[in-house]
Amino acid sequence: MSTDWSVRERDYGAESSVHSRSGRATLVHPLQSATEAKKAAELEGTVQKLKRKQDADAAAAAAAAAAANADAANAAAAATAAADLDPLSAMLAKANSAGSTPLNDPLSGGIMDPLSAAAAMGGAGSSIGGTGSSASGPTSGLSGRLSLAHDVDMVADDGETFEPWVARRGAILQKYTTSEKLSIVTSFLTVGDKTMLKAQSALTDKVRHRVEQLDDFEGTDQEKLDELSQQDYMNRIEELNQELIKAWDADQRVKSLKIAIQCAKLLADTAVIRFYPSKFVLITDILDTFGRLVYDRIRLKSSYFKPGAVKPVVLPEDFTPSMVPDSAKETCRNWFFKIASIRELIPRLYVETAILKCYSFLTTDEYTHALGRLSKMIRGIGDPLVCVYARAYLCRVGWTVAPNVRGYLAGNLSDFFFAFKQVQSSAVARILQEQNVDLGSYLNLYAPAVEWLLNCIAYRAPEATLEKILKQYNDQCKSAVVLNAILTAFRPTYVSSQATIFTELIRTADCTGFAIHDLYRTLGTNLVLSDPPEKLRLTILNEVWKVVMKLTDPIPYMSCAEVWIEYPVKHFGAAQINAFLGDVIKHVTVDRAFESFYPQLQSIVNKVLSHITDFGMLFSMDKFMPFIDLFQKASIKVDVCKAVMEAFVKRQLVPTADPVILNALVYVGKVLHDAIDALSFDDERRQTSNLICGFLRKVSFGRDLEQQLNFYVEARANFTNLDTVLIHLTQCANTLVMRAQTIVKGRHTKKTAAFARACIAYSFITIPSIVDVVSRLNLYLLAGQVALANQALPQADAFFRAAVTLIPDIPKTTEIDLKQRSTEPILVSFLLEFLSTLLVVPDHPDHGKLYMVKGLINMIQTYQWEENGDGKIRVYMGILSLMASMHQTHYAYRIEGVESNDTLYGGETSFLEEINKVVVAVNEEILTHLASLQDNANAEAHKRQADLALQLFNLVISLSDLSSAKNASLAVNLWNLTKRNNAFDVALMKRSANYLKTLAGEVDEAKRAAYEGVVARLK
Amino acid sequence: MRNEDTPNGVTEIPFEFPLKPKPGQSLYETYHGVFVNIQYNLKADMKRSMLNKDLSKTLEFLVENKPDTEKRTDVRVDFNISPDTLDNVRQKDRVSPFKISGSLNTATCSIVKPFLGQFVVESSTIDIKSIELQLLRVETCGCAEGYAKDATEIQNIQIADGDVCRGQAIPVHMIFPRLFTCPTLATKNFKIEFEVNIVVVFQDGHLVTENFPIKLIRDA
Repeated sequence: MSTDWSVRERDYGAESSVHSRSGRATLVHPLQSATEAKKAAELEGTVQKLKRKQDADAAAAAAAAAAANADAANAAAAATAAADLDPLSAMLAKANSAGSTPLNDPLSGGIMDPLSAAAAMGGAGSSIGGTGSSASGPTSGLSGRLSLAHDVDMVADDGETFEPWVARRGAILQKYTTSEKLSIVTSFLTVGDKTMLKAQSALTDKVRHRVEQLDDFEGTDQEKLDELSQQDYMNRIEELNQELIKAWDADQRVKSLKIAIQCAKLLADTAVIRFYPSKFVLITDILDTFGRLVYDRIRLKSSYFKPGAVKPVVLPEDFTPSMVPDSAKETCRNWFFKIASIRELIPRLYVETAILKCYSFLTTDEYTHALGRLSKMIRGIGDPLVCVYARAYLCRVGWTVAPNVRGYLAGNLSDFFFAFKQVQSSAVARILQEQNVDLGSYLNLYAPAVEWLLNCIAYRAPEATLEKILKQYNDQCKSAVVLNAILTAFRPTYVSSQATIFTELIRTADCTGFAIHDLYRTLGTNLVLSDPPEKLRLTILNEVWKVVMKLTDPIPYMSCAEVWIEYPVKHFGAAQINAFLGDVIKHVTVDRAFESFYPQLQSIVNKVLSHITDFGMLFSMDKFMPFIDLFQKASIKVDVCKAVMEAFVKRQLVPTADPVILNALVYVGKVLHDAIDALSFDDERRQTSNLICGFLRKVSFGRDLEQQLNFYVEARANFTNLDTVLIHLTQCANTLVMRAQTIVKGRHTKKTAAFARACIAYSFITIPSIVDVVSRLNLYLLAGQVALANQALPQADAFFRAAVTLIPDIPKTTEIDLKQRSTEPILVSFLLEFLSTLLVVPDHPDHGKLYMVKGLINMIQTYQWEENGDGKIRVYMGILSLMASMHQTHYAYRIEGVESNDTLYGGETSFLEEINKVVVAVNEEILTHLASLQDNANAEAHKRQADLALQLFNLVISLSDLSSAKNASLAVNLWNLTKRNNAFDVALMKRSANYLKTLAGEVDEAKRAAYEGVVARLK
Repeated sequence: MRNEDTPNGVTEIPFEFPLKPKPGQSLYETYHGVFVNIQYNLKADMKRSMLNKDLSKTLEFLVENKPDTEKRTDVRVDFNISPDTLDNVRQKDRVSPFKISGSLNTATCSIVKPFLGQFVVESSTIDIKSIELQLLRVETCGCAEGYAKDATEIQNIQIADGDVCRGQAIPVHMIFPRLFTCPTLATKNFKIEFEVNIVVVFQDGHLVTENFPIKLIRDA
């Protein structure tokens, strides 16, 4: 085969008006793809206006893909960097407008490979999904709430939450426990001696007989189990529950009722009073079971005849009493009669309440009546604790069976307030003394019941209800436990509009059993959720803080401060926030108390950060940084600093040069940076790098570029250990140069030239300290291009030389997306771009012609390429393209102010010969490689051979002059080689052949015959 | 009825008859008491041929008067219980002071409706243990030596448990037990009457009872 090669002369301008070129996907290359995408977009824009929009999209997608693929580990930063910082885009755009670039053919990445595009889209999508799901967080927990349609008592449901009973159950069981021994009186558990006969009230013997008969189903042969631990007790109650269900299933209804009654009776017993709320929970569970069983049974018995139907069907969910057959109604009435004759008040109330739902079989409006009656009957319970829990149970059942009936709720609460003085009664005092319980913890036992009552009332109640309740409270109760329940039950908007009244009430509340600071905390929580009236805001804060400030114990103090910090942050300016922070510092520095409050202090910082948008104000507060210094435990300090940095990166919208902010954030960044060591996780490193880069991006000294560079110098000194940050800084320096260039409109003055060199020097110094070789390589190229664009030829040379000498150091594999990948595609891609840059780089006057290209070829030859790979050959083909381009009298593109080889040599023969030598040598290499593939007998090798041969064929026909016989026969030989092993792609070959035909139609008349000859020989 | 050829198997023969008192007498509602019983039985005899024994079966049926449709107005019965109202205590000043006031909605009660009222414990120096509502039935029988009167407690329900809050009105609510009550009845030979006791039990074991005779009627 011939090794001669004569280059076809081209007129790029003319060609671009005839052809539109389709690009090919470049290989993965973090920096290039973004720039190339831009280039492609620009190119397409000039050539083919119609496709503009699509390509812009493609460019954006490519930028995103670059972000996704960036081994620089800084996805977000890279994306923005690609969009904001690319210093070359301007230059290349300029260059491109000169004409289409044949060299870019193998390089330009206008078309994204679909997979990475999908990945990019997926990434964006998932991040949106992520925020979406977190946003929907607060609304959860509302599900399962009853929908209450219309009631004059109610106001519209604007997302008000109602915490259902089941949610409270567990908390109550956990909170109210005891280590004391409990006892249980029942006739259904273990068999043993019939010891304790229940004492009857004094009656004549004669009637007693009858009474016992009547009372029979209350059980007379009861047994008392003593000395039970809490766990035993709970097990026993569960046994009773099982027993109840068992009896029911065995059709022993009376026994079931007896069990229910005995259970209810346990609630009259206040023997171990600390355990009472938990006991209430356990036993009402059983009663609920009982109620459900009775209801289900009657419903089952109430199968009715639909009008016209022959077979009876079970009642629908929304049945009316008229559908219930008389027999079922009779059964239902029997239950109520039986229960009405229960001798003792408390079991009678509880059991009737338990089967309250059965009233729906009788009449429609029975609920209102029954709930009102039972509420009044509860007044007969003397023990105030037992009484309030009975009310809670009634409201609980009423809430589920008749959510629209609400009148009785207020009645229950007023009764409770009226009877609240009972807690001071001698009976209660006696119980407390016997059991050694103080009044405070006794009052705490009321909390669950009162909270439930208030919640039922407050749910969708108008504001007037709150006012009424507050009045009752103030007149009759004044207990902090109750006040807290009121504060938590009503919606924050109501509380905040009554805030001044609340501060007054808190001040005067009787704080037995509930600390005043907890009240302030609850109030604070409300006020944070809903803003109080504007003119009262300061008064409220002063009023509250006057008291809280005086707390010397840091525990209650912090519990208030943690909540209240949001108040000044939301409503007031720096002065108040600062004062607040100062106050906190003062309180927690005593005895190094802050050490035990890191979570709270952290939450304070987070709350401050979440509302701040003016970071100048934040850092100008003289207490904020000292506050940060409170975190003396390294890991927490890092977390806090991270939060500060995150807030800044997220909320600081405009770049800043405020020295206060910069000082503070450099300090914060340094804390983050210094926390990274060899043992840190990659993710940690990535996060920190992201944050610091985000910060650096927000720093701008406007037109004071020197100041900006100084800042970068300082930043480099501070953040030396983070590759991503150094890469970012290098990019920043590059951007800086290009900005300077834009400012002087491409013509550097003496002063700006010096500045440009300073920036370039900055890059040159920074790049070697980057660990990642591939990044270093890319940055050398980029910085070289920047230097070139700024007419700094020696510097550009230095960069390129550095890049070339770095090539042997490239690791064979690198980690991309957590997978080990070969670096060869990256290298090939890099080299191709390097080659396109070399077109415009003028030869160094002291070194020989094509010094850089030759050096590169040497490096390629000695580089350890993968066996069974064609990377090397593809680069050689790139060199062929480059040589063809260099051969032209006018290059496809140029850089303003740089004289490329075309003007430098002006088509000098010795230069052209030099090019030819290179071509010949490279061509030889390629052909040898093709031949070696032929020796290899496997199909894979043949496929590769066919592909390469076709590629080379394409190069030859597009770059060389086929009127030269040697070239023509080379082309024909390659064509035949492609076909030889039947491993070719028919479609591709067809396109190549068509291209040749088009060319044949376009070339000069003189050469046309030769071209057509070649076309003919391809058959 | 005569039928020589009752077929094998179940033969149902419907019947009905008007229930009428003998002249000069009246039919009372079915009632099962301790000393007085009013019972209506239906007896069926089946005469059979020579070789078989005759068969007989008795079944009780209940008689209930038609509800009284007459309109009546409830008259409230107010009461006060304090040491002064006690009549079996001589030295009233030795009883620790207390005052309970209240009212019953009416003393003429419909048997199918709850017995209603309310009371307020206005004061009591000693803690109250329990307040109960006792329903008594008084049966009186005339006999040769005059008459015998016996009271039976037929229901006792607690309406207050423990030392209740002073000054708060507590409802009185009791449903008449269906099996043990009937409309108040007075005849020449016997009487069935009802009374209600409000029993206040104090913590120290003392017991105060206030008695109210009531009249039960069958009302619509």
